Amino acid sequence: MSILLDENSRVAIQGISGREGSFHTREALKFGTRVVAGVTPGKGGADFEGIPVYDRVIDAVEKEGANIAGIYVPAIFAPDAILEAFDAGINTIVCMTEGIPVLDMVKVKNMLVSSGCRLIGPNCPGIATPGVGKIGFVPNFIHKEGRVGVVSRSGTLTYEVIDHLTALGIGQSTSVGIGGDSIVGSTFVDILELFENDPRTDMVVLVGEVGGTAEEDAALFIKDRIKKPVVAFIAGRTVPPGRRMGHAGAIIARGKGTAEGKIRILRKAGVMVEESPVNIGEAVIKVLGRSENIKIENEK
Amino acid sequence: MQIHEYQAKDILREYGIPVPRGRIAGTPAEAMEIALEIGSDEVAVKGQIHAGGRCKGGGIKLASTPWEAQDAASKIIGMQLITPQTGPEGKKVRRVLVEEAQKIKREIYIAIINRAQKREQPVFVASDEGGVAIEEILSKSPEKVIRVYANPDGSFSGFEGRKIAYGLGLENPLVSEASGIIKNLHRLFIEKDASAVEINPLAVTEGGELLALDAKMNFDDDALFRHPEIRELRDPGEEDHLEAEARDIGVSYVRLDGNVGCMANGAGLAMTTMDLIKLWGGRPANFLDIGGRASAEQIGKVFRILNSDDKIKAILVNIFGGILRCDRVAAGIVEALSNMDIKHPIVIRLKGTNAEEGRKILRESSLKFEVAEGLSEAAQRVAHMARSQT
Repeated sequence: MSILLDENSRVAIQGISGREGSFHTREALKFGTRVVAGVTPGKGGADFEGIPVYDRVIDAVEKEGANIAGIYVPAIFAPDAILEAFDAGINTIVCMTEGIPVLDMVKVKNMLVSSGCRLIGPNCPGIATPGVGKIGFVPNFIHKEGRVGVVSRSGTLTYEVIDHLTALGIGQSTSVGIGGDSIVGSTFVDILELFENDPRTDMVVLVGEVGGTAEEDAALFIKDRIKKPVVAFIAGRTVPPGRRMGHAGAIIARGKGTAEGKIRILRKAGVMVEESPVNIGEAVIKVLGRSENIKIENEK
Repeated sequence: MQIHEYQAKDILREYGIPVPRGRIAGTPAEAMEIALEIGSDEVAVKGQIHAGGRCKGGGIKLASTPWEAQDAASKIIGMQLITPQTGPEGKKVRRVLVEEAQKIKREIYIAIINRAQKREQPVFVASDEGGVAIEEILSKSPEKVIRVYANPDGSFSGFEGRKIAYGLGLENPLVSEASGIIKNLHRLFIEKDASAVEINPLAVTEGGELLALDAKMNFDDDALFRHPEIRELRDPGEEDHLEAEARDIGVSYVRLDGNVGCMANGAGLAMTTMDLIKLWGGRPANFLDIGGRASAEQIGKVFRILNSDDKIKAILVNIFGGILRCDRVAAGIVEALSNMDIKHPIVIRLKGTNAEEGRKILRESSLKFEVAEGLSEAAQRVAHMARSQT
């Protein structure tokens, strides 16, 4: 069993009829994902590539046994879509939507907190478990089945890292984009904990960036609780303070959240932090080579 | 999105938070008129720019007659105001706020912000050492800072206001007044989707009143769609014109000081591109995320922005094609640049979906690019080019 998305996952896609939802659902199907239902209010009874479309998430749960939701709806409707999935009893929700107002996310997160429901995102590229399936934007071709977990705050930068890993023959257990907003459903800490307990994952690659305290929190957590090796890259060493770098969460505010600070505390926690994403693959090989009980090749 | 002090004070007024009597003036004559109208012993003439520390740069003056107010306004309007927050080039002042000056007994700092560290909800931050920057208060006497979490649904309990007011050491008639201000501040924050509202100082006047003497407000860019009244307050004069242009075409662009222009698809990759330019000895001139844009028209607009930055000596385009296909990006670049005169050498790095086809399109075009596959190689090349251009 892998983390978040495994052989028992039955995916419902909210916003399956939209431009993004339909495109990425087709891609997900090619990747082998078990998509059991689509949800678009007002389009119930329709069919998308042989997948039944419902008006409500609860119908997807009751009629198709959906247990994980992927959300591709505009920012105005996304908080409502998350809450609907939560209300229907879905316990893993992956929201790709960018541009959700902060106060809306604060309210959503307050409702989900301590409910046992896990939200990935928003403003994230999604998750992929090679060999099982994916939800989100992550391109199909970059992946390879394997035993390295990847967790990141960005999209294309993560693809870059995964692509390097794959080119060196290093496969991934699951890749998780936690999202670039200042408030996200799951943090590095949450995902690191899942990887630590995942028998299919031997080590973790963490891709962070400036802003917030997610990397600092991760460093403390790694020091205390994570036994598996972690290799990291932190983007934004050249970012000036006080300016938002695309992602809503990527801002150095009042001197807090610099790349240097994050790199320092991660290194202190025993994480191997690379200066360039290009070196991540080599670092992984070095780490895996050191661990006697781990084999790089023949992950399958 | 940031707004001016006078605009923030209008909003405070709308929410029943007391501010000094006054209005905005675009000319010295208007400033005199307003001073006459106020009729107080003294007025403050305050230059309006999107930066704090204005007093230090001579952007705020006191005047005891309307003629003095006119004189002060004529000195401030049009000046290039340099403060610790503007950078060395300063900011041009276009308007002044003329308002009744106050005799002050005490200055308080109070703010509500969205960047709570541990708990993800709005938080009030208050200190009895108002009038100085919060950074200074936090570094000098962090124990004096009061923090009270605010409910994100907008509901407010009286004790939260009292907790802050008593914590600030206010005396009894002022406690209920301060609690009222805090409650309204909370309502304003939630209703307007603010990300930070700061009153510094909130003054206790000699007459025993509470009055917001200075105010700063920032709003959540992602929530502006439901606040046309806030969008209207945007002052294009305060923005870098290239950044404003980029925003209009939906591209994230931040201008920096370096000599290597760059663009990438994705914010994380764009930051990494900057970092690698620096790692190889160049200085990034900007952050630029083109997202999923690939049409010749869109790419042309982005190149025009980089082309208008005089400091740029060379340009690096870094694309990782996932859903966005490299051949489409390459075709877009070739079409856009055939109609443009780009002053500087360009390195284009394509990787991912249809990268080979993309590189072929670039090589076969009559335009001069350096085409790269590796990320390090591309950053190294462009940094070298920028150096040899200077």
